[in-house]
Amino acid sequence: MLKNLERRHFLTGGAALLAAPAILRATRAYAQVPVLRVGHVSPVTGPLAGFAEADNYILQAISERFGQGIENNGKAWQVEIVSKDSQSNPNRAAEVASELILDDEVDIIVAASTPDTVNPVSDQAELNEIPCITTDCPWQPYFFERGGDPAGGFDYTYHFFWGLEDVIVAFLAMWDGAGAAKTVGGLFPNDADGNAWGDAELGLPKPLAEAGYALTDPGRYQPMSDDFSNQISAFKAAGCEIVTGNMIPPDFATFWSQAAQQGFNPKIVTIGKALLFPSVVEGLGDRGIGLSSELWWSPSHPFSSSLTGISSADLAAGYTQASGRPWTQPIGFKHALFEVVADVIARTEDLEDSAAILAAIAGTDLETIVGPVNWSTGPVRNVTKTPLVAGQWQREGDGIDLKIVTNATAPDIPVTGELQLLG
Amino acid sequence: MDWINAIIQGALLGGLYAMFAAGLSLIFGVMRLVNIAHGDLIVLSAYVALTTSVGLGLNPLLALVIVVPVMAGFGYALQRLVLNRTMGDDLLPPLLVTFGLSIIIQNALLMGYSADPQKLQAGPIETASVNLGPITLGVMPVMVFAIAVAVIAGLQWMFYRTALGRAFRATSDRQDIAQLMGLNRAHVFGLAMALSLAVTAIAGVFLGIRTSFDPAAGASRLIFGFEAVIIGGLGNLWGTLWGGIILGVAQTLGAKINPGYQILAGHIVFLLILAVRPRGLFPRMDG
Repeated sequence: MLKNLERRHFLTGGAALLAAPAILRATRAYAQVPVLRVGHVSPVTGPLAGFAEADNYILQAISERFGQGIENNGKAWQVEIVSKDSQSNPNRAAEVASELILDDEVDIIVAASTPDTVNPVSDQAELNEIPCITTDCPWQPYFFERGGDPAGGFDYTYHFFWGLEDVIVAFLAMWDGAGAAKTVGGLFPNDADGNAWGDAELGLPKPLAEAGYALTDPGRYQPMSDDFSNQISAFKAAGCEIVTGNMIPPDFATFWSQAAQQGFNPKIVTIGKALLFPSVVEGLGDRGIGLSSELWWSPSHPFSSSLTGISSADLAAGYTQASGRPWTQPIGFKHALFEVVADVIARTEDLEDSAAILAAIAGTDLETIVGPVNWSTGPVRNVTKTPLVAGQWQREGDGIDLKIVTNATAPDIPVTGELQLLG
Repeated sequence: MDWINAIIQGALLGGLYAMFAAGLSLIFGVMRLVNIAHGDLIVLSAYVALTTSVGLGLNPLLALVIVVPVMAGFGYALQRLVLNRTMGDDLLPPLLVTFGLSIIIQNALLMGYSADPQKLQAGPIETASVNLGPITLGVMPVMVFAIAVAVIAGLQWMFYRTALGRAFRATSDRQDIAQLMGLNRAHVFGLAMALSLAVTAIAGVFLGIRTSFDPAAGASRLIFGFEAVIIGGLGNLWGTLWGGIILGVAQTLGAKINPGYQILAGHIVFLLILAVRPRGLFPRMDG
């Protein structure tokens, strides 16, 4: 009899213990100021740290705004951001994402900057069934490398950025009528981006051929190669006047000095990824002027924040003032990520229910500082695209500036310069 | 002709690899220390050169006059203050300390210089070239190769013709006996590390002129240094130069077949040599 009682006690006690998190969670909404936690994963240290250099500046402004509370169903919610460093390592990114989900018990998780951060965080979120919003990574590596099926998509993870097809259209629009022969040399590394860009079906080769360009593609090279003389010989032999590809900065720097030594002087050099940051181009000295790149966000973009009302120009100028460093493209996207979070929190029917949060994410229709974010218009489920143009690094005063030289892909973004041929 | 060009470009690249490797070879030869932080020390040298050349407005090649003594001094202090405390019969403690040092250097550079890729600006010489018939040679790579040969020759001369070299060789052979003969082991080790980092400084400056570098760029350079040392034979300095050249040529020939084979070809040649001649192509006679 006594034994039985003990068993019953144990059962009720145990059940209460098991239910405790749920009960405690449920009481949160009735607290004076309910708190919602947002987990944020970003590569603050390591090779990708350039993408996260504006984190402090962005998060400070966002936290100030979040500190005033966000109205949801007539109640002000306190939003707390918990940031963790991925150390530019995908394994570490997965680890901190799972810490955020399991230990910090965040309600929404966000991440930005390259497949190495975005993919592992999204996978953890999908696994643990936590709503997840990401950006700053072309959508093909995000979707297909995670095993996404265009028919089904993912349940918990959503992404906004542009895709390879936009890069191709922007590059072709820039080259068209520039006066360079339609002979293109391709430099594609053997990594996620390089394989996608060089892919015969989905990458550059097919649309280039359709537009009448002859592509010389010597094959995938290993990143951190110290010699490009073979590629340069092949391009010289084919008479290439345009060079394109997707490279990391050290590989491009090696290629570009060897090209000069070997007397290879193309008229247009448009490289993805390597030429995003002003520091890289400045490092190339005079030889950096005239190189061109994709352009996702700039101070000239005619968009402003839905959260703080700040314009693109002011956001960039504020960063330069706070840090003494020139603006970079990821700044706008990092801000936009939290714009989307705030919008979702405001619109969610019941913030205690992750299904309701997901429904709010899927129903997003927001004009952000990087352009419209609306998942009902994406190329596949879970992905929506922001506008992409192309730009060229040109001299401005004592420094350099990335001028928008084509806007065929997004006519509402103003052109700020004209493409100049190299050499 | 393309093949000849590939071989020549590879050999010139080998000069840079030999300089990465010479410092490693030297300290391994003298004190059996495997320096995991070597790649990061190369990058550190490049940053020291960046600071001096930007700060004083010097050409990075002239900045060598400052960078080499600074790195040598750093090496001596590092050995006397840190590494000597871990030196003993066991190879592992100093190896672990250099591993920690590698992480410390990377993160200190990240804090000091941010993650921006940097490049040293050496002016027009960077892109200058000379034509030898159908083959175009960059002036910089030729210069790097010539300096690598000079550095190796200088080290070789120092090792076999000077009192310091005798001290190095004696310590390398039998530390305890060398100690009995009145050599201060701690000081000799300090000098070996100083010399190693002086060579590293030259390698770092040329790396920084050839390509861009960031705080995390060291690790990928370390592997080429180790491979060149092992291909050439541990402790043999001329062997290290040959090791660098073989590695460089294997890479460019691999890339000639398919750019994807560039780095793989270097590793395969390394593995083949390790399998066939585990002590390297030119093992030290007295070793």
